[in-house]
Amino acid sequence: MSRIRFTRRLPAAVAVAGLALAVAACGGESSTSSAGTTAAKADDLKPNADLSQQSLQVTVWDGYTPKELPEKVKEKLKVKDMKIALHATNEEAMQKLTASGDSGIDVAFVSGQYAQALNEQGLLEPIHAELIPNLANLYPEATQLSYDKGNKYSVPYTWGTTGICYRSDLAKTPVTSWNDLLKPPAWADKKVTMMTTERWLALPALKALGYSVNTDKDDEIAKAKELLLAAKPHLLGYDDTTFGEKLKSGEAAMVEAWDGWCPTSEKNVKFVVPKEGSDLWVDTMVIMKTSKNKEAAHALINYILDPEIHSWAAANINYKVPNKPAMEKVQVPEGSLLGIKPAELLNGESIIDLGQASTKYTRLSTEITAQS
Amino acid sequence: MRRSKFLYVPFWATYVFLYLPIAVLVVMSFNAGRSPYTYEGFSLKWYGELAADERVATGLVNTLIVATGSTAIATVLGTLLAVGLARYTRSKTLDALALMPAVLPDLVLAIGLLVFYGMIQLTLGLYSVTLSHALFSMAFVAAVVRTRLSNADASLEEASRDLGAGPVITFMKITLPQLAPGILAGALLAFTLSLDEFVIAFFTIGNAEPTLPIVIYSMIRFGVTPKINALAAILLLVSFTAVIAGQRMTKIGERGSRAQD
Amino acid sequence: MKSEAKARPAPRPRGRRLGAFVFLSPGLTYLVVLLLAPLALVLSYGVFQRGRFGGVVYEFTTENFTRLIDPLYLGVVAGSLKIAGLTTLIALLVGYPTAYVIAQLPPKWKTIALVAVVLPFWTNFIIRVYAWIILLSGPGLVNSGLEALGLGPYELLYNQGAIVTGLLYSYLPLMVLPLYSAIERLDPQLREASANLGASGFTTFRKITLPLTVPGVLTGCLFVFVPSFGNFVIPEILGGNKSIMVGNLIRDQFLKARDWPFGATLTLALIAVLIVLLIAQAWAARRA
Repeated sequence: MSRIRFTRRLPAAVAVAGLALAVAACGGESSTSSAGTTAAKADDLKPNADLSQQSLQVTVWDGYTPKELPEKVKEKLKVKDMKIALHATNEEAMQKLTASGDSGIDVAFVSGQYAQALNEQGLLEPIHAELIPNLANLYPEATQLSYDKGNKYSVPYTWGTTGICYRSDLAKTPVTSWNDLLKPPAWADKKVTMMTTERWLALPALKALGYSVNTDKDDEIAKAKELLLAAKPHLLGYDDTTFGEKLKSGEAAMVEAWDGWCPTSEKNVKFVVPKEGSDLWVDTMVIMKTSKNKEAAHALINYILDPEIHSWAAANINYKVPNKPAMEKVQVPEGSLLGIKPAELLNGESIIDLGQASTKYTRLSTEITAQS
Repeated sequence: MRRSKFLYVPFWATYVFLYLPIAVLVVMSFNAGRSPYTYEGFSLKWYGELAADERVATGLVNTLIVATGSTAIATVLGTLLAVGLARYTRSKTLDALALMPAVLPDLVLAIGLLVFYGMIQLTLGLYSVTLSHALFSMAFVAAVVRTRLSNADASLEEASRDLGAGPVITFMKITLPQLAPGILAGALLAFTLSLDEFVIAFFTIGNAEPTLPIVIYSMIRFGVTPKINALAAILLLVSFTAVIAGQRMTKIGERGSRAQD
Repeated sequence: MKSEAKARPAPRPRGRRLGAFVFLSPGLTYLVVLLLAPLALVLSYGVFQRGRFGGVVYEFTTENFTRLIDPLYLGVVAGSLKIAGLTTLIALLVGYPTAYVIAQLPPKWKTIALVAVVLPFWTNFIIRVYAWIILLSGPGLVNSGLEALGLGPYELLYNQGAIVTGLLYSYLPLMVLPLYSAIERLDPQLREASANLGASGFTTFRKITLPLTVPGVLTGCLFVFVPSFGNFVIPEILGGNKSIMVGNLIRDQFLKARDWPFGATLTLALIAVLIVLLIAQAWAARRA
């Protein structure tokens, strides 16, 4: 027994020392960041903590992790318990995480710009890399994401891009541009949906105009607003969650979609990244500062990064994962969106949180939806 | 008396309007196909899928926990409040205050409670929903019990007090038995209101496993599935039975109290 | 203390204070903690600033209130008034004759008719709304029916008409019940007298029935208008997020924009509108 303990402790101790050095080295650079950002305290966590005393509460999108994950985690990591709560959208997750002092959540799945916002509020525990050896499985590209360079407070779970998902059997003209969505051809008139989450609502218009998805220039946002308002009469509705269903039932013919949510497994459903370019979205795992089970939380993330587990998302729900050995395990069918290479993905622009300027997008989205 | 026939047009229109969607839900719950729009033959498979859905099951359990807890709190507090307001004060302000949770839009209560719980750093969960539901339920219980109180014989209470009984004894021996049907009615109302409450629960549940209305809401947001139809049919059956049973009970109760007089 | 007691015309009965304390304090404490304190908090949040990434910064500002008169938000309020008003009007036009007919039914049928109005109300609110997706959607039942008649298909879902339909469906019983009790209370002899004096059915209605049931009308209108005005679920589910109401705007401040101070200010505006309505209703009821 004592031998096992010792061997477990040794690499951890080395890792802690390494991290302490790394933190000391990085310390000088981040002096300009806002007061909310917190420095890692290496002495906080015990690498050999007794996980059987810790329970995990996770919040994640419905169907985004394997159903049997809690069982497996309990068995493998020997944690006391693991519970999963679901959120429908990033916004719902943000409400849960920011509504009260201690949300009771240990690990949350949110998109990159939301992880950034949470971190700026000082709500996230820095990632203790020494507790997550499987971080080594990530593509190098996945450690250089603009909302969180170096994965300081978030670990990527899936990534992809936003594009147009459409019914090829209904399409009478080729779909190549964001303008096809914004000024739909007759076959798609009133059969188009766009997203409601404000930054993705703005994305098609910003890209069609050749602007950055992170622009905070008032004149650019105003031009995007005009385009979006002009598009509104031709829409079926704004939809973040059921556009795939609507496409399948034929209620919609063309929808703005995240690649993984486009039901390309259906015969007549195709996905295209418009020629004007798009974004690179990343859904991440973050650990809440209020968590009392941080060692277990790190162990969970490490477990998910195991190629065996992480490949599930690619194999079953059609999402690319930023995990090299995991992707190598997955059979990629010809023409599948899973075939998009990390380097190509990086052509997309990451949406980052704009702080105070983000109210401009809130206003934009209100202006679009309030118009009748 | 002349009765204009044309009044029957909106009358029947109302009932068609009220029951057409319900009929569609029930019929489509037996649909063999997956499409929510076209009927493809009889099947019970959606009921099977519903029974196997753990989220619905835990949602139901959570809803019952919240409804039971909040009804218990609301019944005790609401009854005391009704007696207090009717017998120990004439303040119109307090009357209005007691009714406020029932009158204010649910969204206003939800926002207020969310902000408040955030302020006192309360970890949200089923108990915060229970406390919140008890707030508006209390107002309904108090209102129902007060109606009963205004019909109750106050002279009995006065007599009891004149004979030297304190307010608590008087309440236990005289008032409470008289109020029992009102309290029961109030409790039933509180319970049903809590079962169906969505907005306040949605804002104050945090990350706890959701109550049934929240489960239904997120199911709908992820698309139409015949499973929801099956759930709807079951809920309809339960509430129809409950309402009809409630009707019968009040009738028997009325007859009983009339016999007593 | 003593002088105060002397000033009272008659000493309070024994145990009165104890009674007031025992019965009133638990409920009132609950109301103070969970109703008044939260409302006061909402009120106070209105004068603070939004944190850069959400939350509240306790620095005084009047900006939230100046933002209220922004045409954008006034437009949303006006739009909500319109939708809730239209819902209330239709509910009244349909609900009044319904309540009128119910009130004339023989006692046995009366009970059945009344229970039948309330029954749908006891099923889950969201499922009731969901039923209308099935009915109104492109390939849905209403369109299939219309097509069978050689009409349509029409765009019935994801617009303001669908929102009004959903609101009407959800709150119509709240219109019928107070109207029924107002009509029921009328003395039938009044109408008979009017008819005997030669007045037509319509004249009797206009001169006798309607004025005497105004309080019921006002109550019913209030019962339908209030939940319609603050609703956010129905615009979302049936409106396809294409039009927003005050409720959505408030919800979005808390959920999306993470702008609690402005959300609190909007909540205050909502309360203010309702208070104005309540006062107007009380005033109208007194005049009637």
